[in-house]
Amino acid sequence: MPDLTEAFLELVRLTSTDLPPDVEASLKRAREQEASGSAAQGALDTILENVTMARQNSTPICQDTGTPIFYVQHPPGWSTTKLKGQIRAAVAEATKRTYLRPNAVDTVTGKNSGNNLGDPSFPTIHFEEVEGEDLIVDLILKGGGCENVGAQYSLPNGRIGAGRNLEGVRKVVLDAVFNAQGKGCAPGVLGVAIGGDRGSSYYASKEALFRKLDDENTDAELAKLENRLTQDANQLSIGPMGFGGETTVLGVKAKSLHRLPASYFVSVSYMCWAHRRRRMTVRGDETTYE
Amino acid sequence: MQKITLPITDDVIRELKVGDSVSLTGVMITGRDAVHKWMIDTFVKKSRKPEGDDEAVYEALKPILDGGAIYHCGPVVAGLDTGAYSFVAAGPTTSIREEPYQADVMQHFNIKAVIGKGGMGPKTLAACSEVPGVYLHAIGGAASLIAQSVQQVLTVHKLDFGVPEAIWVIDVKDFPAVVTMDSHGGSVHVEVETQSKAQLDKLLAS
Repeated sequence: MPDLTEAFLELVRLTSTDLPPDVEASLKRAREQEASGSAAQGALDTILENVTMARQNSTPICQDTGTPIFYVQHPPGWSTTKLKGQIRAAVAEATKRTYLRPNAVDTVTGKNSGNNLGDPSFPTIHFEEVEGEDLIVDLILKGGGCENVGAQYSLPNGRIGAGRNLEGVRKVVLDAVFNAQGKGCAPGVLGVAIGGDRGSSYYASKEALFRKLDDENTDAELAKLENRLTQDANQLSIGPMGFGGETTVLGVKAKSLHRLPASYFVSVSYMCWAHRRRRMTVRGDETTYE
Repeated sequence: MQKITLPITDDVIRELKVGDSVSLTGVMITGRDAVHKWMIDTFVKKSRKPEGDDEAVYEALKPILDGGAIYHCGPVVAGLDTGAYSFVAAGPTTSIREEPYQADVMQHFNIKAVIGKGGMGPKTLAACSEVPGVYLHAIGGAASLIAQSVQQVLTVHKLDFGVPEAIWVIDVKDFPAVVTMDSHGGSVHVEVETQSKAQLDKLLAS
């Protein structure tokens, strides 16, 4: 098994400093839709200038480099213990090189570890064994501001008038977007999971965020829901940074999980406009990034 | 774009209205969750006794904050091993977490400008009228860009709070922000929330 520490370090650098092309294109389209000279358009101009600058200087797009969340798909025979050790070493090195801010705080003592290494679940690493030869590692850097405005609902919800169906899902997701206002750094991307238990549901809502913005859901019902939610959320006119405006969300990605007869959870993970996600693929001696 | 130099006078504050773009120049500090709690507990409510360098830091901060600005920011900082600090990325953090503390901190130190993102609530809005002061919204996530306006890191206090939570004393030039809460009771955040609530009610009924 190769030592991939350097490759992981590059994955972290790329994710923190170089916004994916689909997200940047979406922000550019959003800019065109805002009124000329509006605060919303000014915010998007600043955002786009910052994206360019971060890429050129190889500095973090946002100072809150968040929780590094890794999803690792590995072929049979790979040691997850070794991979975890390499990922952790890369995260510590990335912190030293200021691609990441030291973000791991001991909840009991309040002490910041200084190198982004906390207990075994910080950074977060999910492993899954898959068929084939390729090692695929997805990374998302999820900041605290947007994580704080995430929400989970149990349907039915009487306050919102949301029943146990996709229409109910639509209503609670809009409620979450309203409650977030600009605090999650709008325009955001929503990862929505329906079903599962409370844990698997939140997990899936983050997994949904790995889909590209222009990628259409293979489930026709969910595809319809995603489009409707994007349109409705933008009618709330919360706008970039919550300044008011046309674009409140850049997109919605939904995922359905089987559920217990008694439970119907809806989990919303709000990702800020700085949607930092990248993928690394290792095939033989070759490592590629997208 | 209105250019503002720190410290800020009451007359300048009273002229600012929601929606105005400003650029700030001068010396300010960063302070977020741990700092606000420390200020309130140690010097405002005095529920804990000053210890270690608390008094010395307090005395150092007073003249900077009198008429000055506090920035809700947990930066990425280079030079931690050498002490030759520089800001690499320094966008705003979500301000609403400081809502329980902010008004008292503004009153205590005579802070004229609170800088952050996402806006703040009624207590801070009232303090903006009384002190008087303003809430300035920086662009969330625009961290590399904003770091460019930080000319120099003058010093750091309370580094034991951790890099994001420490008090960084910074000299900024043309720091860009928008007034979203003014000293006349105006708040973009109240406006946007009110109109988006009306829109939400329509969408839930449809």
